[in-house]
Amino acid sequence: MIPVELSKLLRSRRTWMTIAMIDALPALVAVLLAVTDLGPRPGTGPAFLSAVLTDGTLYPLAALAIVLPLFLPIAVALTAGEAVAGEAQQGTLRYLLVRPVGRVRLLVAKLVASMVFVVLAVLVVAATAYVLGVLLLGDESITVTGPTTSVSGTALSTPELVARTGLAFGYAILCMLGVACVALFLSTVVRTPAAAAFGTLGLLVGSTVLLTLDAAQVLHPYLPTRYWIAFVDLFRDPILWRDIVRGTLLQLAYVVVFLGAAWASFATKDVSD
Amino acid sequence: MSELSQRPVAVRTESLTKRFGPVTAVDGIDLEVREGDVYGFLGANGSGKTTTVRMLLGLVLPTSGRVEVLGEPMPSAWRRVLPQVGAMIEGPAAYGQLSGRRNLALFDAMAADGDRASRARRVDDALEQVGLGGVDKRPVRAYSLGMRQRLGLAGALLRRPRLLVLDEPTNGLDPQGIQEIRRLLLELNAAGTTVVVSSHLLAEIEQTCTRVGVLDRGRLVLQDELDDLRRPTGHVELTTPDVGHALGLLGGTVVAHDDQRLLVRDPDPAAVNARLVAAGVRVTSIAAEVRRLEDVVLAATRAGSDRFDRPDRPDRPDRPDREEVAG
Repeated sequence: MIPVELSKLLRSRRTWMTIAMIDALPALVAVLLAVTDLGPRPGTGPAFLSAVLTDGTLYPLAALAIVLPLFLPIAVALTAGEAVAGEAQQGTLRYLLVRPVGRVRLLVAKLVASMVFVVLAVLVVAATAYVLGVLLLGDESITVTGPTTSVSGTALSTPELVARTGLAFGYAILCMLGVACVALFLSTVVRTPAAAAFGTLGLLVGSTVLLTLDAAQVLHPYLPTRYWIAFVDLFRDPILWRDIVRGTLLQLAYVVVFLGAAWASFATKDVSD
Repeated sequence: MSELSQRPVAVRTESLTKRFGPVTAVDGIDLEVREGDVYGFLGANGSGKTTTVRMLLGLVLPTSGRVEVLGEPMPSAWRRVLPQVGAMIEGPAAYGQLSGRRNLALFDAMAADGDRASRARRVDDALEQVGLGGVDKRPVRAYSLGMRQRLGLAGALLRRPRLLVLDEPTNGLDPQGIQEIRRLLLELNAAGTTVVVSSHLLAEIEQTCTRVGVLDRGRLVLQDELDDLRRPTGHVELTTPDVGHALGLLGGTVVAHDDQRLLVRDPDPAAVNARLVAAGVRVTSIAAEVRRLEDVVLAATRAGSDRFDRPDRPDRPDRPDREEVAG
């Protein structure tokens, strides 16, 4: 079932259109920065954006910070929200199940396809951002030929930078896995893929709103978006692990809870669409 | 009958019940389909046919009761049972953006037993069987209702199943299409496939099935061999231009009549005919009256369950019974 889902994903024009749209925003930002040379002042705007004008190789990270809060979760919620509800709405769910595809196998295949989509989107964003960063931005680091500066102001060697960038992308993908599991669960409960996607986005928007509210302080450590941007801490020297670790555990908890809920809901569901 | 009871059971349910909240959709039914049957599953819209079919296939889980398909319990043995079953449930469905051929290949690849080497050939065979052998690469989205129906049937045939479960298979087909599908089903049955067809079209069931089950509001009100259901009624139906003369001659055995037809209580049309002709009554047509499936079903069921009468007016319009039709 996994190869079938992947083939559906990769052959679908929508997949590539969505990735192109996700990719468009950081590309546009890179062009604007290059043309105007007006970076946000350090400490303001999306993470790393103030640094990319001096060092273009940091632009993949800046691009990640641009797409992570909104674009990527929307795309993930739409893709994973479609999993069961989309098949049900098309009428193909009953034919999948009598083929037979086991219900657990179907869920796993859908989740894997959603995550492949995320990885693909993240890779495309990173690759584009790297190329644009090197071509359009950060001429200064080339002339200076000095090592990249960490957020804390100390120097990072290139292998260290690559390793940390990899970790950052891994962390972002884990955050999206959490989103995908919520959407997958909702997809087994509601009747339309849109309801599953919007339900998921509702949770994320609610989480973001509550994070700005001091009165909700007691909830903050459990909100799904609380530690999303913590990957920035990977570029401090030494790495500030606290939020990364908490974020990882929190996302794993979301994955376990919602995947379990999705399984429990779907395994006993009457398929009457 | 002895030949029948020797054949193994293809589908059996025991007090199968499904409740959706307060609504009992299927109420303690005991189906029995033998291998080699063409089993017609009849019932008005909303009588529970589709829910029952879905329970046979493990899509809907029974509230209580047992389901056995091809000798194994469902839904627990779905891994062994379903690969031997082809199904069309409540209309066909496919990925609209893909071609019919690609859809079949994709569905075939989904389950572990879809042998890759023979896939293209099996897809072609299935399309050929349902009359879509020459179909082009247009996406299913652009198919007509009849083409979709045929594609759905091809999907059910892809694995050369032992048991075919078809819910309203001729929906959306024109009369030629219906006849083609009927012929295909009989062909498959002759080759050993057990077929369960659910339909609300009596004529369709009457022309294809060997055995009939009738659902009414979730209950199985009738289950029998079609030939037994359609046994002669013990009456002779005849038309004659000399109705008055015939009436006088046959007297009290005439059950009903109008200005050219008579219904006579007598099992033997030949004897009645001889009497009439000997007395100079001209007979246009004469035959033993045979119960039509429609009469049997209507007698066993109440009005369609998509009908909701107001409780303050409990009287439904009475169905015309046979006497009225004849008289």
